[in-house]
Amino acid sequence: MALHSAIKGKLLAVIGDEDTCVGFLLGGVGEINKNRHTNFMVVDKNSSVGEIEDTFKRFLKRDDIDIILINQNIAEMIRHVIDAHIQPIPAILEIPSKDHPYDANKDSILRRAKGMFNPEDMI
Amino acid sequence: MSTKDKLPIFPSRGAQTLMKGRLVGAQKGHSLLKKKADALQIRFRMILSKIIETKTLMGEVMKEAAFSLAEAKFATGDFNQQVLQNVQKAQIKIRTKKDNVAGVTLPVFESYQDGTDSYELAGLARGGQQLAKLKKNYQKAIKLLVELASLQTSFVTLDEVIKLTNRRVNAIEHVIIPRIERTLQYIISELDELEREEFYRLKKIQDKKRIARQKAEAKKAVDAAAATMASNILEENDEDLLF
Repeated sequence: MALHSAIKGKLLAVIGDEDTCVGFLLGGVGEINKNRHTNFMVVDKNSSVGEIEDTFKRFLKRDDIDIILINQNIAEMIRHVIDAHIQPIPAILEIPSKDHPYDANKDSILRRAKGMFNPEDMI
Repeated sequence: MSTKDKLPIFPSRGAQTLMKGRLVGAQKGHSLLKKKADALQIRFRMILSKIIETKTLMGEVMKEAAFSLAEAKFATGDFNQQVLQNVQKAQIKIRTKKDNVAGVTLPVFESYQDGTDSYELAGLARGGQQLAKLKKNYQKAIKLLVELASLQTSFVTLDEVIKLTNRRVNAIEHVIIPRIERTLQYIISELDELEREEFYRLKKIQDKKRIARQKAEAKKAVDAAAATMASNILEENDEDLLF
């Protein structure tokens, strides 16, 4: 099975607002599996934090997902779950959303990197 | 010399050579690990600067992509639900390759096209050009993000390995080597002690022997004196016989 999935291409997962998801789906990352589970989640103002957390954890558990893209404002909501994830795979990437510009200081990885670099180098 | 932190070993010549061998081995391992840590550190710095560069680039690419989405929406009308409901198979997939840095395997992601575009017909009525541009922009963004993901994964892996290697280097430098050195010192001092004891013992034996010899000689002298005394008396008597 492991060998099989190594040959088979892995997927990208997206957690984001509607526009982000639509964009990436048009880019061609969307997939729906046999159990009708999608590899993306559209977060709107009605989605609760628990819901996002559950989806995120489900994505982490799926072994066909290698990269998880998440909007930074949504990542902020479930920051503790993201910080708790320390394995290299799946990789979690925080991306800017349409109405929230990218803030490098909030990124989990960059914050870890900060300890090793001078603050001036970061900007 | 502290006696408490050393290896439990019997102080003998054999143990000394063994310890010397271990010390050399530990020093060699230390220098090798240090070199490994340095090599990883170089790679790490490289990746770090690349990550920061790519992250800023990503901000721009995403902005552009979002803008083209707005453009496409303006031209086509709202197509969000249509797209969200129409998901079938992923067109872009990720392949993982392995990269090797100083014995550390780093995963490298690579995106590739697989299957056909399931939104081929989207925007057929109007706004097709904008949609095509939108797709292109997002594909560019995905490519960049995949690159960033592999950098980030390498970063996390390297971070872990560097910490581990540094811990080992420090452990060898500050715990293992001093301990072996202390053990060696202990062995040397014990061996010296033994040698001194041996020397003292030899001296003592020599002393005893000398005393014994002196005693024997004195006794012999006394005996000889007594013998001559006796013979002298006889001889004197003999000589006295002469008229």
